[in-house]
Amino acid sequence: MTSSQAILNGDRLALARLLTRVENDSPDGRATLIELFPHTGKAHLIGVTGAPGTGKSSLVNQLALHYRKAEDKRVAIVAVDPSSPFTGGAVLGDRVRMRDLSGDPNVFIRSMASRGSLGGLAQATANVVQVFDAAGFDIVIVETVGAGQSEVDIARLAHTTLVVEAPGLGDDIQAIKAGILEIADILVVNKADRPGVENTEKSLKSMLELAHPTARVFKHHGTYMSVSMPEPNQNVNLWIPPIQKTISTEGKGIPELVAAIARHVEHLRSSGDWTLRERTRLEVELEALIRDALMTRFHEDVPASQYEDVLEKVVQRNISPWEAVRMLLNGRLK
Amino acid sequence: MTDKKIRVLVAKPGLDGHDRGAKVVARALRDAGMEVIYTGLRQTPEMIAEAALQEDVDVVGLSILSGAHMALTPRVMELLKSNGQTNVKVFIGGIIPDEDLSRLKEMGVTGVYGPGASTEDIIRDIKIATAG
Repeated sequence: MTSSQAILNGDRLALARLLTRVENDSPDGRATLIELFPHTGKAHLIGVTGAPGTGKSSLVNQLALHYRKAEDKRVAIVAVDPSSPFTGGAVLGDRVRMRDLSGDPNVFIRSMASRGSLGGLAQATANVVQVFDAAGFDIVIVETVGAGQSEVDIARLAHTTLVVEAPGLGDDIQAIKAGILEIADILVVNKADRPGVENTEKSLKSMLELAHPTARVFKHHGTYMSVSMPEPNQNVNLWIPPIQKTISTEGKGIPELVAAIARHVEHLRSSGDWTLRERTRLEVELEALIRDALMTRFHEDVPASQYEDVLEKVVQRNISPWEAVRMLLNGRLK
Repeated sequence: MTDKKIRVLVAKPGLDGHDRGAKVVARALRDAGMEVIYTGLRQTPEMIAEAALQEDVDVVGLSILSGAHMALTPRVMELLKSNGQTNVKVFIGGIIPDEDLSRLKEMGVTGVYGPGASTEDIIRDIKIATAG
């Protein structure tokens, strides 16, 4: 039986081994991906991101438990943790918070090291997600590395992105900065039993109001006048990210969060955003593959010695990097 | 193409709560360039075998300080085997009396390390065991 047939038949060992080959980008891993691709596109991909220590893993644990118990959905979890930039090694510790899920054959947890990738995911995360999708998991939850402000790759991969915050991590300037908060489809304020939760919620709320103004109020001849913002195009129904409070260690707020995720899926389906997101995601993937392929072809084409010569000239400041590119590409890759 | 990383599951089966040793080893293996999946305290053999399967690890490291190694180890070995993971190398760290060493080796355990073992030795042995 081929690897792809084994995956489609639910063979867990074959699945685990394929994930390794896909993660290592091996040729036979790629061949299996090609066979599996027609079976993808069915799973709901949920991204979970946020600063380290906000409780992402515990939240993922609770979400998965809920999907298992209340909805009987098959759940795959991809948990990404950082690789050391010095040794390439990693300690992947997200499973520690997911022990409630063990023993359930309809849950599959896979830890991934970021392996030098900077956007909060690993290079191969998208492909790993595709494997789970083809293997028939209804929900694939991707937990990013503890993200700072610009690890936003997850928004391109997931249908629904949860940004997890916790009380006491920043003031309202943090909330109006560009980056991670902008990618949220749902904002989760976890550890909602901690002091300061009202402030966190308030600053997130005001950030959302700035981002989605519905009316502008101004003073004119001493009276307040309100001017509605231009009606959004009727075809585009606007999604305003809800703020969901959770205490994931106790499972509080989880059913409400799951309901919000369901509303988001409903919105994506009815607005046509689902198709749009799929298209964007596949386009990004395609472009990345083209870039890789062109680079590979370039390196096959240009002798290493010539490349080194040109690089040396740049180092010596004899030529600029822009001229170097022209020299190396001259007559190639038309 | 990324080169193949050695993936190691570090687990603490049984009921004792001393995980310092496991953490020291996890950290050392990380510094040696390996990817270490750390599962935390009080894992059952079933949980360990399941994690080893899902993570497709090359090595399982068990930290056992409770004296229950002769009960826990055979169960882990058996489960790995029934899951089809016969190629996984098992290492044990902890307080293991000398008279148990040969029996553990007979069960298929690759290496056993007591107090004072150096992390360099562990790293070297893992690299040898997983090569080729």
